[in-house]
Amino acid sequence: MNTNSNTYTIVYASVMVVIVAFLLAFVSSSLKDKQNENVELDKKKQILSALNVDIKGADVAQLYSEIVKQEPLLSADGSIKAEEGAFAIDSKVENAKPLAERNLPLFICQVEGATKYVLPVYGAGLWGPIWGYVALNDDKSTIFGVYFSHAGETPGLGAEITSVPFKSQFPGKQIAKEGEFTSVAIVKPGNAEEGRDYVNGISGGTITSQGVDAMLNDGLGQYVNFLKQ
Amino acid sequence: MSLFSKENREAFLSPLWMNNPVTMQVLGICSALAVTVKLEPALVMGLSVTIIVAVANLVVSLLRNTIPNRIRIIVQLVVVAALVTIVSEVLKAFAYDVSVQLSVYVGLIITNCILMGRLEAFAMANGPWSSFLDGLGNGFGYAVILVVVAFVRELFSAGTLLGFKIIPECVYEFGYMNNGLMLMPPMALILLGCIIWFQRAKNPELND
Repeated sequence: MNTNSNTYTIVYASVMVVIVAFLLAFVSSSLKDKQNENVELDKKKQILSALNVDIKGADVAQLYSEIVKQEPLLSADGSIKAEEGAFAIDSKVENAKPLAERNLPLFICQVEGATKYVLPVYGAGLWGPIWGYVALNDDKSTIFGVYFSHAGETPGLGAEITSVPFKSQFPGKQIAKEGEFTSVAIVKPGNAEEGRDYVNGISGGTITSQGVDAMLNDGLGQYVNFLKQ
Repeated sequence: MSLFSKENREAFLSPLWMNNPVTMQVLGICSALAVTVKLEPALVMGLSVTIIVAVANLVVSLLRNTIPNRIRIIVQLVVVAALVTIVSEVLKAFAYDVSVQLSVYVGLIITNCILMGRLEAFAMANGPWSSFLDGLGNGFGYAVILVVVAFVRELFSAGTLLGFKIIPECVYEFGYMNNGLMLMPPMALILLGCIIWFQRAKNPELND
């Protein structure tokens, strides 16, 4: 057969494309459930690790349902919009809306008998999105724990925001001073910030550190009316 | 032809060192710079590339007599892209943590020059079995270089290997510091240069 004829080439390409399309569609749909499960499980892990819960080897789904008691949605004035649904909220979608229309997810948790509030935050790093969860004590000001992650920050530099030395600076810091929301500042190591609590940024990861600073300020700032209650 | 004839052994063994795709053919340099900061992603990357290049070589070799000459590059690309997508989906389903770590680099295997190089140069002209071996050999050759570079970079940039602390704390107390330059891609290039230097110094016949 002449494999160089136009007809042969076109038929060959069409058949190949159809076969590959079916193959990929089959693989994708058969793995979809498993992947979604992983994504959900990963989100639960992130929330739990903001609460300083040891998740090594634990059944994450069960641990999560034991610790997270309520998942309400708030509106920007601090009132409860819906009793359920915080888990399904995509912060990226919400951040695109004007503040008054946003659904603000809140996770109310019980850790060792104490109430903790977990607030998700979402922002921009140097190369892509960064996000995290901030756990507050029931005074709604003292940070209990944080979790940060990123899509594509530079390993060893900006990506260090996920590291324990960086995150361990946060617990105990206050996001409000005398009833006013101040957030927590990220400063150049060695510098100080007047009138606010601060932590050291990442050397060599300045833009990412500034991104975390802005993310905390904007992300937690959305909840300011809830925090004042 | 026997399964392990001299030619087949040659197809598998020569890319491991004497005809290494990274150091001798200078292919796949880009990803060798990108994923070698830490050892674990480098290992997974090496393994993924090995599987993909071996299977792609096999598939293209089986199809080689039917592929229309004018669209052969496109056909090769479709085979590679389909395999990369499958590997990436499987990683997401069964090794979610690693796939998060590798992020975009899995998708970028498509652009790895070793793949197209081997398909075009070897699989289009040889039988399925020797193409498969050639793919395995080239994949492992690539993986070896990645692992060596990542080993040095992780050890000197963080003092760890696979996340475990290797350089003891007391050494730091004497004023030893992690080398921040090791985190930068240029250092990977310098290390690669050292490997090539070593290889050619050992084997003068490789010099032009």
